[in-house]
Amino acid sequence: MPDKRLKRVDLIFSEDCIYKDVLTKALNKSKEDIIKEILDSGLRGRGGAGFPTGMKWKFTSEQTESEKYVVCNADEGEPGTFKDREILTRVPHKVFGGMAVCGKAIGAKHGYVYLRGEYRFLKADIEKALDQFHKTLKEIGSDFQIHLLMGAGAYICGEESALFESMEGHRGEPRNKPPYPTIAGFRKKPTVINNVETLVYAFMICNIGSKKFHDLGTADSRGSKVFSVSGDTPIPGIYELELGMSLETFVEEFGDGDTKAVQVGGASGFCVPRKKFKDTIIGFEGVPTGGSMMLFNSSRSMYNVLKNYVEFFEEESCGQCTPCRVGCQQLKKGIEAVKKGEKSAAYLDSLQKLADTMKITAKCGLGQSVANSFSSIVDNFKEEMIY
Amino acid sequence: MAKTVNLKIDGIDVSVEQGTTVLDAAKKLNIHIPTLCYHEDLCVAGNCRVCVVEQEGAKNLVASCAMPASEGMIIHTNTHKVRNARRHVVELLLSEHNADCTKCYKNTKCELQNLASEMVITEPMFIDLVPFKEYKIDKQSPSIIKDDSKCIRCQRCVRTCHELQHVSALGVAYKGDHMKISTFFENPMYDVVCTNCGQCVNRCPTGALIEKNYIDQVWDAIYDPNKHVIVQTAPATRIALGEDLGMEPGSIVTGKMAASLRRLGFDSVLDTDFTADLTIMEEGTELLTRLKKALVDKDQSIKLPMFTSCSPGWIKFIEHLYPEYLDNLSTCKSPQQMFGALAKTYYAQKKGIDPATIVSVSIMPCTAKKFEAARPEMRDSGFQDVDLGITTRELAVMIKQAGIEFESLSDEKFDSIMGESTGAAVIFGATGGVMEAALRTAYELVTGREVPFKNLNITAVRGMEGVREASVKLENVLPAWSFLEGVELKTAVAHGLTNAHQIMEAIKKGEANYHFVEVMGCPGGCIGGGGQPIPTTPEIRRKRAEAIYREDEGMKIRKSHENPEVIQIYKEFLGEPLGHKSHELLHTHYHPRKRV
Repeated sequence: MPDKRLKRVDLIFSEDCIYKDVLTKALNKSKEDIIKEILDSGLRGRGGAGFPTGMKWKFTSEQTESEKYVVCNADEGEPGTFKDREILTRVPHKVFGGMAVCGKAIGAKHGYVYLRGEYRFLKADIEKALDQFHKTLKEIGSDFQIHLLMGAGAYICGEESALFESMEGHRGEPRNKPPYPTIAGFRKKPTVINNVETLVYAFMICNIGSKKFHDLGTADSRGSKVFSVSGDTPIPGIYELELGMSLETFVEEFGDGDTKAVQVGGASGFCVPRKKFKDTIIGFEGVPTGGSMMLFNSSRSMYNVLKNYVEFFEEESCGQCTPCRVGCQQLKKGIEAVKKGEKSAAYLDSLQKLADTMKITAKCGLGQSVANSFSSIVDNFKEEMIY
Repeated sequence: MAKTVNLKIDGIDVSVEQGTTVLDAAKKLNIHIPTLCYHEDLCVAGNCRVCVVEQEGAKNLVASCAMPASEGMIIHTNTHKVRNARRHVVELLLSEHNADCTKCYKNTKCELQNLASEMVITEPMFIDLVPFKEYKIDKQSPSIIKDDSKCIRCQRCVRTCHELQHVSALGVAYKGDHMKISTFFENPMYDVVCTNCGQCVNRCPTGALIEKNYIDQVWDAIYDPNKHVIVQTAPATRIALGEDLGMEPGSIVTGKMAASLRRLGFDSVLDTDFTADLTIMEEGTELLTRLKKALVDKDQSIKLPMFTSCSPGWIKFIEHLYPEYLDNLSTCKSPQQMFGALAKTYYAQKKGIDPATIVSVSIMPCTAKKFEAARPEMRDSGFQDVDLGITTRELAVMIKQAGIEFESLSDEKFDSIMGESTGAAVIFGATGGVMEAALRTAYELVTGREVPFKNLNITAVRGMEGVREASVKLENVLPAWSFLEGVELKTAVAHGLTNAHQIMEAIKKGEANYHFVEVMGCPGGCIGGGGQPIPTTPEIRRKRAEAIYREDEGMKIRKSHENPEVIQIYKEFLGEPLGHKSHELLHTHYHPRKRV
């Protein structure tokens, strides 16, 4: 796989366009054109799962129901991710613009921003920005409306169907799928739910055209992405980079010279050890990420890192399905027992098998992805788990 | 016509209607997929993950209970991957479960235990999590025991309480490893809006929700030579008891039940059906009296529609949620409580027994009856009218304990007095039955003629539709009832408290204009009661209801007012329906309860 060089991009935060003009231009496109533009760009969801955004919009636009919704998933809960907060602080109008364009494409009159409970401090500013946005929309002649809803601090509510349940005033528990949100989402109506960043890219693609975006990145991972860089790095922060670089390139730029592992994609992502930096591409062909990039240097205990993650999942599982609720407890108790010598090292294999089962039997993405960090850390740092 | 889809399960082609789940499609092929959270009466949860199967082309296993069959789908239900996954899931459930099986009331009747046994789980794979938990047992309710250490969080009870009963006493609290099934503010069951209906108990796959059993107390009474122990049996017990003793759903076991009770050692084997007939006399008269006061005397204080008051789950529901309608309730006690009040008065006098020595036991399809028996309102005989209420299931346990081979018993009759009954009484056990029985008597009382339905079967009020309406026009009435000439008596029937809620809302909004409404707290009426054999499913309820109507058709007397013992008790003891003595012993009033 050819390694893209590290390239900084400035699409998300750049203000070198006149917002109202971009919005007018986008909203003047036909719904077919909008969807084609997004499909052609190759944009995939920036929340982590990477579903092609254009397809989501297309499926929802094909639904004949008159009531549809656009939902912006701003429940940024993945450990190590903080880019949506920055986007909503600096360029909220672009997020709203993406929602309005989506609304036009699918035939929705209402959009909702579901904001993470811990981001309550952003609420007043977002509401102010929304007022301004609605005024601009009115001037353009659109009656699309965006509403702001607050989460209450549960990680699981970032899972789209749990998010809908929460929006509807219910306990945030994931639903059975199918049906998918494009058919039955918020209030069981066809719904597009996109991550904050995805919506901004969709909006910007309407301005720069699909080609410019498509030209960036690799075959599986088009365009650029906003990364939240944290951990053992001299330059933590938010960076918009072209997709497709190797971890080696990434670590050269952001590491402290002693990086032993990078956790890509947060607690639900993968841990890549130093020896695999060179061959690991950051993108859907390698390790996908919703943005979280946590660097660990040799002073860190990977046992502690893993224990922290499983503790997080143990607490943040909604608790409804068996593999996730009990599996997380077993993984935690299991690594503790091995560390204390109460269980033999072979018990780690049983736990790996359990994690594999969780991956294929859990009801939603949360339980299914616990195995990502668990297996990659146990596989690569087995001796740290035992001694 | 619904579209069909074709799929392949374990190599066998099957066509099913679109929307059918993989689980149901497999059932069609007689392929058994294990389930825990799934229940035919409830919405699909898909949370236990025991029913996972492999779908070709899918990266993960799918929950067969929640996955709709689709065209061309290829499913494997018994692969290495599926087997391992199910094993893991059951092992995980066991690790969180207090598997103290020999000390569990549900021992040998537990769905988790069955699965563990099927999988031959002898060595636990994972760490026992129970010592790390702070599980609670709530034993304070007279009806239901809730033991969190046995709970597998399948949420059947939560869905039952919400979907079937519109009560939502049980809900999910907390998340992650602390997730549990709990009540409002984690208050004990007796102190929340719970109707004690026991539908949750009937659906709980493990021993997390069980009835509070009084088996030992009943034995103690029986063994006490100084006690005269009498037993009454509710209408719906005689068509369900057999299920817990190896017989098919829908088996009528009235005679065997009477025989077994005698063998257990009860001093007198009597029948709630007797007081069911009596209820019709009292309630029918009450209805006609209310109609007269409302229609002739224009008495504004008379509340219509009149609601039936036989179902203790329904009574508690209305006390909590519709207290403003308490005056619409018939003042009649339930048949159980009429029986109780008469047992320690009329029966005691006739038999010359000191009522203080009588222990009055009831066999009920119901867990709410335990609560009802303990109500302070129910002491009009000067004693607690009914001492011990046990369920159909508890009786089955006692019969097994006594070593009785139930199926081989010859039929026996109930004792007298208070053992005689009619077909009208037995149909109390099915939804619509009280209404039908009341109409058979009231119509005849008013017109002098039998109800104008073939074989007395008022089919309009039968069936399993959630809410049913029927009206009967009263024509050519007897002179005493001339004010009812031409009146169309409007009635409605609801079963299951969600349907009761629906009918109450319609009445509240003024959209419904009934004279008489029958409400039974449980789906299907008492045949589907919370104390009935487990499982109870739509199919089983249908079979039990059929049996009830067969039993009715087979009775010599099918109208309550023709019950000779009923005629006798009015002559000897009560005087007349709604008379002074009736008021004292057979009627009561209920009081508002808090809404939260």
